[in-house]
Amino acid sequence: MLITLFGISVIIFVLLRIVPGNIVDILFDAAGFVDPADKINLERELGLDQSIVVQYLHWIGGLLHGDLGYSYVSEKPALDEILPRIPITARLAGLALLFSAAIGIPLGVLSALKQGSRLDYVLRAISLSGLSLPSFWLGLLILMASVSMFGTMPIYTPNPQSFGQAIAIYCVPALAVGFRSAALVMRITRSSMLEVLRQDYIRTARAKGASETTINFRHALKNGMLPIITVIGIEAAFLFGGLIVTETVFNIPGIARFLVEAIRWRDYPIVQNLVMFCALIVVLANFTVDMLYAVFDPRIRYND
Amino acid sequence: MSAINYDVELKRAGAHATRGWRKYTFLAGRHVLGTIGLVIMVVFVLAAIFADVIARFDPLQVDSVHALAAPSAKYWLGTDAFGRDVFSRIIHGARISLAVGLGSTALGGSIGVVIGLASGYLSGWVDLIFQRIIDILQALPLLVLALVMTAALGPSLENVIIAIAIPLVPSVARVIRANTLALRELPFVEAANAIGMSDTRIVFRHILPNTLAPLIVLATAQLGSAILTEASLSFLGLGIPEPYPSWGRMLSESAAEYVRTAPWLVIFPGIAISLAVFGTNLFGDALRDILDPRQRG
Repeated sequence: MLITLFGISVIIFVLLRIVPGNIVDILFDAAGFVDPADKINLERELGLDQSIVVQYLHWIGGLLHGDLGYSYVSEKPALDEILPRIPITARLAGLALLFSAAIGIPLGVLSALKQGSRLDYVLRAISLSGLSLPSFWLGLLILMASVSMFGTMPIYTPNPQSFGQAIAIYCVPALAVGFRSAALVMRITRSSMLEVLRQDYIRTARAKGASETTINFRHALKNGMLPIITVIGIEAAFLFGGLIVTETVFNIPGIARFLVEAIRWRDYPIVQNLVMFCALIVVLANFTVDMLYAVFDPRIRYND
Repeated sequence: MSAINYDVELKRAGAHATRGWRKYTFLAGRHVLGTIGLVIMVVFVLAAIFADVIARFDPLQVDSVHALAAPSAKYWLGTDAFGRDVFSRIIHGARISLAVGLGSTALGGSIGVVIGLASGYLSGWVDLIFQRIIDILQALPLLVLALVMTAALGPSLENVIIAIAIPLVPSVARVIRANTLALRELPFVEAANAIGMSDTRIVFRHILPNTLAPLIVLATAQLGSAILTEASLSFLGLGIPEPYPSWGRMLSESAAEYVRTAPWLVIFPGIAISLAVFGTNLFGDALRDILDPRQRG
């Protein structure tokens, strides 16, 4: 786990510095007149005159102390730029995950129980289209629909006037980004349920006289939860990608959109730290999923 | 108990259709959705190849007089802010999206196959190192890694293909490695070794062909992801650069401003992307049902 994070930090650091020319060159190109002395001063100030290894060690050393370096663009500590944006994205991500589970699991169960029926085909078509739609296009379509239906777009404001508005500005983007995850969850729930319903113990339960509801939920769904949890966990980790475009479409000031902005402005300290943050989320999500395995399947126990 | 008409049942099960066109016609009939997906894909490929013939206008030709025109007889899907014909841009965009999609899937697949084979067959420290690399590549979402790579390498067609190919490598490598590990233990490999066949020959002549089935299924799924990722990158302005028409960039240029005034700019490029990916998904699902019925979706 740590090796992975360490590897990512090295890769991202090197990647960003592959292209010759650093931020100082870009700044001065835009400014016009270049005084070599100023350039050297600026480089020394930003620490760019040192070797790449030393720069890397600076960054990592700072990371371990909670010092993320300074943003090239705003010259404020990177932490100050990143921290306020996290709750917004966290709220969006949480809602999106909630939607994907709340929509995906029931529909997947329904699809499995009614396998082969018209409803099943419709649901499968919907889930497949959910995987095919670009999430930013879905966002744009939602904006179009809200304009034509309500005459207004759910624009983000930090202080929502009414509860309805608060719901709109968070739920609508969450739905746009969660639709894809919901489709995936629906598919995996369906296949997992089908797998479990074929098992002998289901037949036994039915022979025992258990009600269909008990069979479907207490026996089938509970035993089929493992792949579903895996997918939800993976989705939690990889939601960031979808959030990047969704936050851009809905103009939400979260860290996903901030990553894109930082890349555009070549604000390398911000980009590095955000990528590390993203990797951390992925690693944590995988870890949580592994732990949840033990909860849901008593046969799996990790040796401590 | 009623008598079973064996001829009818055998025909229904497809016993007569084991080779050639009969086999594929039978499979096509069995998997209607997959056939539809294949047809969609073929349509896009043909559109990409014959773009110059199909598109009525030059996709880059500016016509300011007719900028932002609604769909009409002359401009089938309308025009954008520069007066460029949307239909022509979408047809030519198929070329770009397919080039990037196929290119990155092929590149990522090739690298992944080599890594997976080496990792699975050679084991030892080769395996350990490659495993670490795969773990690292997998620790970031596809879009994030592709975004950082295009940012690092600069926006150009080749760089976008590379940037999307690299994140696709881990999944391929894992699947190939798992299959290689399993196949390596089989008696025929031991026999080949015993008669003195070189490792390279064993790997490419015996092991690789047997790992193709899951690889093809994975590749079709990745093709869809690659097309979506290219669209997202272009939408963010960090993908395919200016002269090439990209569906994703067509959507970003239209974005929130034209949602009210020129909805055709938002609807049609999006339909193009969704349809292309939908086709690959349908086809991929059917392929998976045919090649590996144990995995259900």
